[in-house]
Amino acid sequence: MTTSSGAVARSRPRHRTWQRLVGGAGFALGLPVVLLLVWGIWASFAVSPFFPSPLVIGDAFVSTWVGPSFLQDVLPSLARLAVGAALSILLGVVLGTVIGLVRWLGDLLEPLLEFLRAIPPPVLIPIVAVLLGPTDAMKITVIVAGSLWPVLLNTIDGVRATDAVMTETARSFSLTRTERLRYLVLPAASPRIMTGVRQALSIALILMVISEMFFSSSGLGYRIVYFQRNYLIDQMWGGIVLLGLIGVLLAVVFSLVERRVLRWYHGTKEVARA
Amino acid sequence: MQPSALAPAAVARASTPAPSSSSSPRRGRGRRRAARRAGLGALGIVLFVGVWQLVPTAGLLDGRYFPPPTAVLPRLATDLGDLEFWRNIRRTMSTWAIGLVVATSAATVLATVIGLVPFLRSATHTTVEFLRPIPSVALIPLCVLVFGIQPQAALVIIVFASFWQVFVQVLYGVADVDSVARDTARSFGLGRWSRVRHLVLPTALPYLMTGVRLAAAVALILAITAEMFIGNPGLGRALIFAQSAGDYPQVYALVIATGLLGLGVNLVFRLVERRALSWHQSVRGEEVP
Repeated sequence: MTTSSGAVARSRPRHRTWQRLVGGAGFALGLPVVLLLVWGIWASFAVSPFFPSPLVIGDAFVSTWVGPSFLQDVLPSLARLAVGAALSILLGVVLGTVIGLVRWLGDLLEPLLEFLRAIPPPVLIPIVAVLLGPTDAMKITVIVAGSLWPVLLNTIDGVRATDAVMTETARSFSLTRTERLRYLVLPAASPRIMTGVRQALSIALILMVISEMFFSSSGLGYRIVYFQRNYLIDQMWGGIVLLGLIGVLLAVVFSLVERRVLRWYHGTKEVARA
Repeated sequence: MQPSALAPAAVARASTPAPSSSSSPRRGRGRRRAARRAGLGALGIVLFVGVWQLVPTAGLLDGRYFPPPTAVLPRLATDLGDLEFWRNIRRTMSTWAIGLVVATSAATVLATVIGLVPFLRSATHTTVEFLRPIPSVALIPLCVLVFGIQPQAALVIIVFASFWQVFVQVLYGVADVDSVARDTARSFGLGRWSRVRHLVLPTALPYLMTGVRLAAAVALILAITAEMFIGNPGLGRALIFAQSAGDYPQVYALVIATGLLGLGVNLVFRLVERRALSWHQSVRGEEVP
């Protein structure tokens, strides 16, 4: 079977690539299209108030989010998300590098950090809300308080796991402290740091939504809860779809950045595997 | 998405010995080092509590809204003697456990089947990549509408969030089966079922354990979040009640309680992971220089 198809491929290569392209697109889009169709058909037969058909949701999505409310609700939310995520990555990497390099500091803080990380971040919302009020600062604080930990702990682990021989080599070539950081420690820790950043981003998105759902009067989370409380089901679904799209977009951007930052790492791993 | 970047790292983190596990025969120097670490760690916690005490005492933050540990810790001790507190913990933990079991079993079965059939794997790829990043809390309003303030609403959110953790890990694990081992199993005439039983599942087990550990933490976060914002009974709702009553020492006591709960879950699952993978770690130890 395989040999005969191989022979066909050799005689008509063009036909084969065309087929593969169509097949790939079919695989990529087949299931989503089928699922949407099933949902649409099901929604039009069994009329449930809570599950409108995809067409209705699409309509509501466009009419709700395309226009001024994008500037009013979506952009501020995204800005808070960006500031919060950037702050937690920066703080996590800087503090993590220091804690990872200074042994006694690590020993001093480890149990405390393990505990602080284990606190479910949403329980901090009532606390921060009463201290800072329903401000942007409160939402950003909540985002940082939740998404700092994965970056911080992964950075500590990554910095500690720096190859001992390389550290000795760098020392005997008398690299300065900054040079060692720049060319040895940070690159060595970067795979772990990126793992932490990936987790931090999804936590940051979740906390952005929750912190806006409560103690807030603007933003994406607020709008979705508003729609739900007023039984604007189609618009609420539109909001859920928008959040999903933001999540997907974040994941795509992250994997692009990761591939760039860790290109050398994946390269060495492939060499090691071969 | 680079699967290999996450999974081995997560396994590796679990394999690093915890500070408490000094039971292995070591020399006095190692034991002294462990004692030093434990002492410094305790000192760190004491320092933290000290700073916490100083901030409201020195008037940096309002003591009514930021109560010092002298107000919070006695409150926590009172809670520990309160039956309602333990009932709330039971409510939270049973929602957590049901959600985790449902998500883990569904994800393991689905991911094994999908991972073993190449057609299914490529057909579901885009759907999975689109559904997975959806923040589960976005579903809270929908669940409130459909289920009201019943535990089912919380369960849907917990299952949705923790399902993907396990699913993705098991999918990587099933894809990680050594091709030589697979061919060997096939040429020794192992049937489909025994191949799954003796080859695929052991290969995927470390990934599964990592996934379950991550899922357990996520499920606890969402169980408490759901109680806070949907209002089904549990620790999260008690926290919101205490906050609306202006009882801030109780709010902080409950935050500490949730933190301890999370810490317990993490420790237990790390222990289970190390137990279940003891065979695997030894193999790794030989292979990796």
